[in-house]
Amino acid sequence: MIKKKEAVAMLLAGGQGSRLYLLTERLAKPAVPFGGKYRIIDFPLSNCINSGIDTVGVLTQYQPLALNEYIGNGQPWDLDRTFGGVMMLPPYQASKRADWYKGTANAIYQNIHFIRKYDPDYVVILSGDHIYKMDYRSMLDFHKKTDADCTIAVFEVPLSEANRFGIMNTNEDMSVIEFEEKPSQPKSTQASMGVYIFNTRKLFEYLTADEEDASSEKDFGKNIIPAMLNAGERLFAYKFDGYWKDVGTIDSLWEANMDLLGDRPMLSLRDGSRRIFSRNYAEPPHFVGSNAVISNSLITEGCEIYGTVINSVLSGGVLVEPNAIVKDSVIFNDVIIKSASTVNYTVCDRDTVIGAGSVVGKERQEAAGITLIGTELVIRDGTVIPDNVKVSAAFLNELYEKGGVGQ
Amino acid sequence: MSVVGIIFSNIHDKNISELTRMRTMASVPFGCRYRLIDFTLSNMVNSGITHVGVITHYNYQSLMDHIGTGKDWDLARRQGGIQILPPYITAFANTQNSLYTTRLEALKSINAFISGCTEEYVVLSDCDLICNIDLDAMIKHHIETGADATFAIKSSYIAASDRNSISIIEYNENCRVTDITEHTGYVGGFKDINLNIWVMRRKYLEDIIQDAIAHNYTDFTKDVIVRNLSGADFRVYKYDCYFASVSSLADYYFCSMDLLNADTRRALFGVNNRSIFTKVRNSAPSIYSSDAQVKNSLIADGCVIEGTVENSILFRGVKVGTGTHIKNSILMQDTLTGDNIYLNCVITDKNVVIRDGRVLSGHETRPFYIEKNSYI
Repeated sequence: MIKKKEAVAMLLAGGQGSRLYLLTERLAKPAVPFGGKYRIIDFPLSNCINSGIDTVGVLTQYQPLALNEYIGNGQPWDLDRTFGGVMMLPPYQASKRADWYKGTANAIYQNIHFIRKYDPDYVVILSGDHIYKMDYRSMLDFHKKTDADCTIAVFEVPLSEANRFGIMNTNEDMSVIEFEEKPSQPKSTQASMGVYIFNTRKLFEYLTADEEDASSEKDFGKNIIPAMLNAGERLFAYKFDGYWKDVGTIDSLWEANMDLLGDRPMLSLRDGSRRIFSRNYAEPPHFVGSNAVISNSLITEGCEIYGTVINSVLSGGVLVEPNAIVKDSVIFNDVIIKSASTVNYTVCDRDTVIGAGSVVGKERQEAAGITLIGTELVIRDGTVIPDNVKVSAAFLNELYEKGGVGQ
Repeated sequence: MSVVGIIFSNIHDKNISELTRMRTMASVPFGCRYRLIDFTLSNMVNSGITHVGVITHYNYQSLMDHIGTGKDWDLARRQGGIQILPPYITAFANTQNSLYTTRLEALKSINAFISGCTEEYVVLSDCDLICNIDLDAMIKHHIETGADATFAIKSSYIAASDRNSISIIEYNENCRVTDITEHTGYVGGFKDINLNIWVMRRKYLEDIIQDAIAHNYTDFTKDVIVRNLSGADFRVYKYDCYFASVSSLADYYFCSMDLLNADTRRALFGVNNRSIFTKVRNSAPSIYSSDAQVKNSLIADGCVIEGTVENSILFRGVKVGTGTHIKNSILMQDTLTGDNIYLNCVITDKNVVIRDGRVLSGHETRPFYIEKNSYI
């Protein structure tokens, strides 16, 4: 019996995300929590299932444990299928060679046999570090209509920021003339979103050729796309006009969380049609105490709030004790913020305890930057932690040795 | 030790006829995100019971929708798992042979299911028990004592105003049951009430059912338990943590509001390794606007709060409009309230819409109930 899928998605989730510092010390970037009850990878995975793509290979390399555990058999995303579904694809040892993934293109190349099993007409390449809700199906329709060999999703960025992105210069019919990686003099403002659709045959052809080129960095943006352009293949840009954000830095991760707040949030998780799915952990509803104040914030199940929460995003199981103040902050799961402490302009990783009467960070207007607090730390009562620092266990030890504990 | 669980899902439906008009007692929404059956189901799963039969009678569409394949309780299994046992009428049924009306008749009708199981023990439970009980400990206790059947009891205060039937168990110093009485109009005081959780050998249950069929018995308590009190060895298992069951709409209101007590929440939801599971809805976290004011309330995911909420229970997907004041109320799933509304002691069922400016109030003893899908 012949079985095939029209499209297979390959999700690049192996990146370390070193600019997220402490947050990615023990887990890969796509597994970083976001928006209260999600992880970054929930977005591309949910986009896939909402676009009717039910076969997703997840390429992992860096610290895959949390990600493997989180994705499991894919059931929360309806990706537990008898033919297809979600599949974790770590690097492996083959009979003739054993290699880490040497680049985005090489990672796909090493898994050509996986793609081949489903005999797809199209391969969708995605990355696991962006927050956006997108219908890949309409991009695929565009790809078919233009009879392209490769379609690259692009997103309008301000001209002043265009030098931080891969920029696509296109004709009026959206065919790509030129691709420039982080140009100092950008000619357009159409930035690549890291979402590609390839005709499978062309993809295999270029991946194989690239593999044989010893000088190649085995990267889609740097090698595959330029090679296809040089060879005169049909490359098109597909304009996406929804919300899109690269959350590769602490600042952008914080900003993306804040974009969920407000009367008209820039990114709404509430529209019924394109729901974002995530793994649920059976937590009770959240409780708000008699003296609590919650304003312009996102609160997840399992939280108990007795203090004040302003302009913040709280993941499940966070406890805010009486008279504690959390402001302009993003707090991950099961953090305990003890009484009369103040947390300002901070991103705090899971399972950390912030001692009573501690002061973490500074008011956003006065702070030089976001304070980042690592996971499973115990910050003693009365500790003062300045703004714009990265608090690890070593940082705390040093602080306490110097007698940096408050009154 | 292998155990199969059996849950009666329509038992006590008439207690809160308002909420069970379109659903079973088992699927009555409770505590922001749960249905009553979630407690019994989770208790079974947390005690290692992975084969559960749910006896249904009528109105069980909402229950089937809630349970689905059972995967949210880890009960989608190749071996065992959850089975809905709907009523049926055999091909030879005559007009008298209609659907069962009592617990014993329900058991008779699932005789084939019970004898088809391979488990050694069986736990029978009602669906409306709000508690977090370690059934494993109860089963072990049952095996140790070597009793024919073990009944869970809890010492509780019974008020004179408790009009509905509560079954009271008397026992001797060896914890052997000496009497079971149905409470009607007791004057008040502490009594050991029957929690309606029984443990016995599956073979023993089969024998009871065979005997009941042979003698045409209809009532489990009267015909089986009381008749056999002297001959059989029935014992009690004393449970002493939080327990509530709902006997009226006012009682439902009271039990719901009791969740605002930290001790109650801890006893139900804060037990290590014993989470209460429910159907996953994938709602986004709740969002509070800049004008939101919330005090002493329990709130599920998916809510949008722009007004004031006080001493209330909000289910998933509730919207509280600007200038709206919700007080002492229970708003079930997807209740939408407009702007400048005042609600006090109101229970709204699912999908109720309340338009701008309405003022509605009940009283604690008589909460104002608004039917599912109403538009006010």
